[in-house]
Amino acid sequence: MTAAEHTAALALGDDALVLSHRLGEWAGHAPVLEEEVALANIALDLLGQARVLLSMAGDEDELAYLREERAFRNLQLVEQPNGDFAHTLARQLYFSTFQHLLYGQLATGDSVFAPLAGKAVHEVAYHRDHAEQWTRRLGDGTEESHRRMQRAATALWQFTGEMFQPVEGVPADWQQLEQSWQRSVTEVLTSATLEVPEGPRAGAWKAGAGRQGLHTESFGRMLAEMQHLHRSHPGARW
Amino acid sequence: MATAPARPTPGSAGEGMSEEAFEAVFDAAVAADERIEPRDWMPEAYRATLVRQIAQHAHSEIIGMQPEANWITRAPSLRRKAILMAKVQDEAGHGLYLYGAAETLGTSRDELLDKLHSGRQKYSSIFNYPTLTWADVGAIGWLVDGAAITNQVPLCRCSYGPYARAMVRVCKEESFHQRQGYESLLALSRGTTAQHEMAQDAVNRWWWPSLMMFGPPDDESAHSAQSMEWKIKRFSNDELRQRFVDICVPQAESLGLSLPDPDLRWNEERQHWDFGEIDWSEFKEILKGNGPCNDQRITQRRRAHENGAWVREAAEAYARKHSPGTPHTGTGTSTSTSTSTSTDDRNGTRKATA
Repeated sequence: MTAAEHTAALALGDDALVLSHRLGEWAGHAPVLEEEVALANIALDLLGQARVLLSMAGDEDELAYLREERAFRNLQLVEQPNGDFAHTLARQLYFSTFQHLLYGQLATGDSVFAPLAGKAVHEVAYHRDHAEQWTRRLGDGTEESHRRMQRAATALWQFTGEMFQPVEGVPADWQQLEQSWQRSVTEVLTSATLEVPEGPRAGAWKAGAGRQGLHTESFGRMLAEMQHLHRSHPGARW
Repeated sequence: MATAPARPTPGSAGEGMSEEAFEAVFDAAVAADERIEPRDWMPEAYRATLVRQIAQHAHSEIIGMQPEANWITRAPSLRRKAILMAKVQDEAGHGLYLYGAAETLGTSRDELLDKLHSGRQKYSSIFNYPTLTWADVGAIGWLVDGAAITNQVPLCRCSYGPYARAMVRVCKEESFHQRQGYESLLALSRGTTAQHEMAQDAVNRWWWPSLMMFGPPDDESAHSAQSMEWKIKRFSNDELRQRFVDICVPQAESLGLSLPDPDLRWNEERQHWDFGEIDWSEFKEILKGNGPCNDQRITQRRRAHENGAWVREAAEAYARKHSPGTPHTGTGTSTSTSTSTSTDDRNGTRKATA
């Protein structure tokens, strides 16, 4: 595996790992039992993908539990706290649309990621469908759900640009990805009677952010919780 | 599934039959080990007992998610994290089957959840104990799921069809979790000294509460006799408890862990393990709401429900707008949320997509 492929496996693996962790925080707190099942199901799919990707780059547990914040390569979008259900679903809509389009491209290519993408794209199609349906229900539901969904879609908009910064080692047509994503998200938001957010899709701080290991404040706390037990027993097997 | 083909139902073939005649048909069906189905006539007390038992069972699955979910974000390896997430997801699924079974008796999930939230219906006392270390997750899998299975396997032959069928599915998944719990404890027991101590401490704390899961002793069990007569229950509390102890003792030995009972010894004459006296006062306190986590569990459950109200309302409003003519029922959120996890998903040990 080349150095670029290694970095790429970490980037894609960290996206899946971190979002899976956030979704795992919902267990026991979802608005209906069906969503307990659905959110856990999505979290499990993502964790499965993360394990494959991190194992391509090294030992999955060392990579998950023993790296510090600055060494993680995930998008800032996926580390955003869950917030309310609308917030979680807006994050899910933005990310699963991106991931579905990306894995669709990778699945038809011949990179080292093709086998994973070929299988995962089916899981991600379900995640995307789930997010799109909820975006419509919440956007076009009650006044309150509309307001919450709009607020969530707008609040997370600033983290969406990062998805289309090319990742070395990921052979994708980034420009086409971005256009398809824009088109799809615009269609879903519009059909959900929501405004497509305006404003920049990247923070004013142009450091490249998550992919370069620059994260938002809540991420360190998330890692502290995730890694604490593993780090407390160096070398132990579980 | 075998439904008695020609059993009269009120309003159809049973037109004009007396209450006594219906009762005779019901008694004969139960005596012949036939399954009672939702449209069959049944004594009101039988219906009420089943609603109470199935609801309490469903509530236990839902509340039981909490002590384990407490460790999802801290699971020490990705493999264990996947196993735990799959397990908690299964529990939500079991809750769904069981609420579905209860609904065939003429109640609704909303009504039952309301009774749970207001404390009018109970859930298993075991879930009022805290999960203090990672080893508790393994101990719950081994002991709590083990006790649940011992209780539930006979329910697969329970006289009420929908409940019996739900239990068949639940038991298959529970056995899987139980093996994983055992395997997790074994890894700890054979691990570092600190891990071994963690495992022993967890078993020390979960052993007696697990024995209490079988309910009060036979001579104090209010519903037992009637439930056995109706073939809802097949074995008494004490019989099942003894069966569980007999299974656990050799398992503890192969785990390399001890059970916290100085009176535990093989009785050659009975061909069973004798065990010490259960602290029934603790059991009673917990049932009264005075256990270590009673308030916390019900508060979290209520909060999840209240915080989700706007989501359920949105789903209903959306369904009304977009499916005119389709009468809308329940929580209205079923569209995309199939429970179609594959066996592999539950396994958790897979590299999900590999």
